[in-house]
Amino acid sequence: MSFLNHLISGISLGSIYAIIALGYTMVYGIAKMLNFAHGDVIMVGGYMCFCATIYLGWPAWAGIALAIAVCTVLGMAIERLAYKPLRMAPSLAVLITAIGVSYLLQNAALLIWGSSPKMFTSVVGGQPIALFGGQIMLAPVTLVTVLSCLVIMAALVLFTGHTKMGTAMRAVSEDKGAAQLMGINVNTTISMTFAIGSGLAAVAGVLLCSAYPTLMPTTGAMPGIKAFTAAVFGGIGSIPGAFVGGILLGVIEIFAKAYISTQLSDAIVFAVLIVVLLVKPDGLLGKRVSEKV
Amino acid sequence: MLQKFKKYAVSRRGRDSLLCFGIVLIAYIAVQAAIAGGALSSQMKGLLVPICAYVVMAISLNLTVGILGELSLGHAGFMSVGAFAGIVATTALAETIPSAPLRLAAAMLVGGLCAAVAGVLVGVPVLRLKGDYLAIVTLAFGEIIKNIVNVIYIGMDGRGLHFSLVTQNFTLEEGGKMIISGPIGVSGVKTLSTFTSGVVLILITVFFVLNLINSRAGRAIMSVRDNKIAADSIGISVTRYKLLAFVISAAFAGMAGTLYAMNFSTVTAAKFDFNTSILILVFVVLGGLGNIWGSIIAAALLTLLPELLREVGDYRMLIYAILLIGMMLFNNSKLKRRLMEQRSLKQMEKLEQAADGKEGA
Amino acid sequence: MKKTLSMLLAGTMLVTALAGCGGNNDAAQSGGDNSAAADGTVFKLGGTGPLTGANAIYGNAAKNGAQIAVDEINAAGGDIQFELKYEDDESDAEKAVSGYNSLKDWGMQLSLGSVTSKPCEATAAKTFEDRVFALTPSASSTATTEGKDNMFQMCFIDPAQGVLAAESISAHKLATKIAIIWKNDDVYSTGIHDTFIKEAKAKGLEIVSDTTFTEASATDFNVQLNDAKSKGADLVFLPIYYQPASLILTQANAMGYAPKFFGVDGMDGILTLENFDTSLAEGLMLLTPFNADDEKNKGFVEQYVEQFGETPNQFAADAYDCVYAYKQALEAAGATPDMSAEELCGKMIEQFTSMTFDGLTGSGATWGTNGQISKDPIVVTIQNGVYVTM
Repeated sequence: MSFLNHLISGISLGSIYAIIALGYTMVYGIAKMLNFAHGDVIMVGGYMCFCATIYLGWPAWAGIALAIAVCTVLGMAIERLAYKPLRMAPSLAVLITAIGVSYLLQNAALLIWGSSPKMFTSVVGGQPIALFGGQIMLAPVTLVTVLSCLVIMAALVLFTGHTKMGTAMRAVSEDKGAAQLMGINVNTTISMTFAIGSGLAAVAGVLLCSAYPTLMPTTGAMPGIKAFTAAVFGGIGSIPGAFVGGILLGVIEIFAKAYISTQLSDAIVFAVLIVVLLVKPDGLLGKRVSEKV
Repeated sequence: MLQKFKKYAVSRRGRDSLLCFGIVLIAYIAVQAAIAGGALSSQMKGLLVPICAYVVMAISLNLTVGILGELSLGHAGFMSVGAFAGIVATTALAETIPSAPLRLAAAMLVGGLCAAVAGVLVGVPVLRLKGDYLAIVTLAFGEIIKNIVNVIYIGMDGRGLHFSLVTQNFTLEEGGKMIISGPIGVSGVKTLSTFTSGVVLILITVFFVLNLINSRAGRAIMSVRDNKIAADSIGISVTRYKLLAFVISAAFAGMAGTLYAMNFSTVTAAKFDFNTSILILVFVVLGGLGNIWGSIIAAALLTLLPELLREVGDYRMLIYAILLIGMMLFNNSKLKRRLMEQRSLKQMEKLEQAADGKEGA
Repeated sequence: MKKTLSMLLAGTMLVTALAGCGGNNDAAQSGGDNSAAADGTVFKLGGTGPLTGANAIYGNAAKNGAQIAVDEINAAGGDIQFELKYEDDESDAEKAVSGYNSLKDWGMQLSLGSVTSKPCEATAAKTFEDRVFALTPSASSTATTEGKDNMFQMCFIDPAQGVLAAESISAHKLATKIAIIWKNDDVYSTGIHDTFIKEAKAKGLEIVSDTTFTEASATDFNVQLNDAKSKGADLVFLPIYYQPASLILTQANAMGYAPKFFGVDGMDGILTLENFDTSLAEGLMLLTPFNADDEKNKGFVEQYVEQFGETPNQFAADAYDCVYAYKQALEAAGATPDMSAEELCGKMIEQFTSMTFDGLTGSGATWGTNGQISKDPIVVTIQNGVYVTM
């Protein structure tokens, strides 16, 4: 039974990593940049939903809508102001700028909301469901998290595969110059990607805070790094890869804690990651790019 | 002689080394003069050794990122290895080597050596990967090193050094001393680092790295960066040179770690985390990839910046973030390119004028 | 050469930004601080703590608590007047030393050390070297005061809490099987955990589960709780701060596990967590030097709520006490603000080792020559959302 319990916790944690990783991977695939500020957009999403539901007394769905709206606009604004001027710059310059944006968001949040942690009220109410005569307790938020993760992934796969905008995104990701020649507006496409990625971050923020309900200016930082790891694990740029990577990372983390050592769990998670990358150097579902001379 | 020097100074290689050594030496003399004249605040004095450590870190990371062209996000891990190895070494050698500077030098060697070994362990698997996958694996190694240092217990007594992992399963004799006690880290170290020792370490690092860049090995490393396949095809062993650069970079990071650790009476593994690695990377990128003297200036400036911003209180880190973004944007902006163009135009005019003058005479 | 110019420009930007901001700040400070006087008429009191970053809550609480005490003392008039300055250290030893140095440049005469343990160990080495007396509100590791005659603590040392917790669990016969969840990259948590294990063994308490987490894995506690549950632990000891503890309580509740929970002083503040469902903390026991619901602390708590909009925790109370302890010692020693830090240091060592201090965090407190405090700890249970002394 304890195995099942651990598996459930692992999948629940993994689904959150997966949603964050989906945002990472979208942005990476199209804009070819590691957006280290992604984790902090999550935090902003969490705070927005918190403020709406607690301070303004809005219902949960309105709080989520506000979080998504604010984060989408924020993501587009960050892209416009900080990343767009660097489109021609070396990728490391963009990386450092992203880190600057991350510091900026964290410290702005610290000034606005203060340093004390806030207790988030889960947007998913209800009592835990008892299975096997109460040996396994399934929290409703776990179910919602896993389901939303699946829905988001399916929606993204359909969107990138079957809509005009999605096709444009794939074209830009393949070759910016050629896409432009085909009449695709590269700037709009990239801006759109950031909007979607940041909207996902808001959802991830609300779900993260619902499952693990404390909210601080640094709330997004660690899940952000873990999700980045998950995205690479699954093969960065690949949408199913981010999903698989996220779930696996969560499950490995919980199993390492449960069956090996709580003290060394971080080291074990990263060691597994390294071994996987050595065997499959492009991640689990990454595309193998052959080198051209 | 003078002619020769002029020629050397004008060459790219000569200009770089003169600039590097010049900046460090002038800064050293200026600081010493300021201390002698009592013009330096204690805040600045306290920052001198950390700045030296960060400068060495930046130069060594530049070797990996700038010269070898591989992104590393776990450089602080090597600093950590060097820091803790150096502390164990100084405690163990306390009686054998009574002279403080010599003991520090010995500790740095041990720290550098241990970090180099860690560099080989990390480098052999990691360098087979490329791009962002390599970056994430260095990040992973940095975290693993941090996690492992967190569960190390090392103590010393009359019978020698004791070592255990996860839980402390040895007891020390009367008069014994814990050197590293797991998560509590290191406390009550006798500090040994001085500004002079820091500057000496910078000079050694600069000397070594510049010589490496301008040697056969250095050109091989850069050829690997510029075109791996071409380098491979002319018989350069890509793996070997990648590993060489990576391990040297780790070794200097280890020495910087020792210097850093011996400046504070307490160190924990948590200090050398992902954020520290990123901080060093910011120095390197802002100073310019492959530009050694740029790294020196950027490391010094950016370590000073948050300290100088103490005046603004709560808004300190916010302003630091805005300045960081601003600098990156400016560095890659059209405005800067235009300024640069104007400047080189003026220089060309000057050269033309000089040439005209010569012809006229 | 391109780089030189960019560096220069970056430098100029930096300087202009500094000048601009510096100017603003001066104006703001002189506006807010009406007691600022010329050197030699007030005692300059300084400390470092994490005002930004993940531990910002502790630093800000201490800073605010100390500020209230200073304002009260200054408003009351009298011979002893203070000026307080806190520097940010992000809970990092390097930044703490730098902050301490900048306080020294400011002319600090008495130090409040640092708020968290590791930075305080680093600044303590400096205050010892410079002969500046230091009294930390909350840095509780033994290494903080070890070997330094001028470093004193207002809080209990970590091992003392481990011993106290084991003693009260055994004295009240609270449990037969104990589980511990602690944070293994934290000095505070490790210090309490280690002595608790030793003391519990001596007292014949059975520890069935001993699990950890780190900063990086402080979100999901299902594994640790499952372990405790499956091994039949009827009490879970939490030598950690209240932020992760609140997650543990929530997750235990969600999985239907309801043992007794026992915390240490870091648990104080859990009821003040904004929007926290206090019913989750019902029955929670903790060691605390400070009870915000106590009648005698009412004045301080009200003032704090009014000024900073939240209920103070023990960090704030400890820092408040530090300032009053300084006042008492300075009065007794007949110290004047024109004395140098070194003169004051000698006098303070004399006073602190001989005086008895009554404060918010305990009455009849005394200090040993090793700088450690002895005062009566209170074990409280949370009942109906308030602390009830056991």
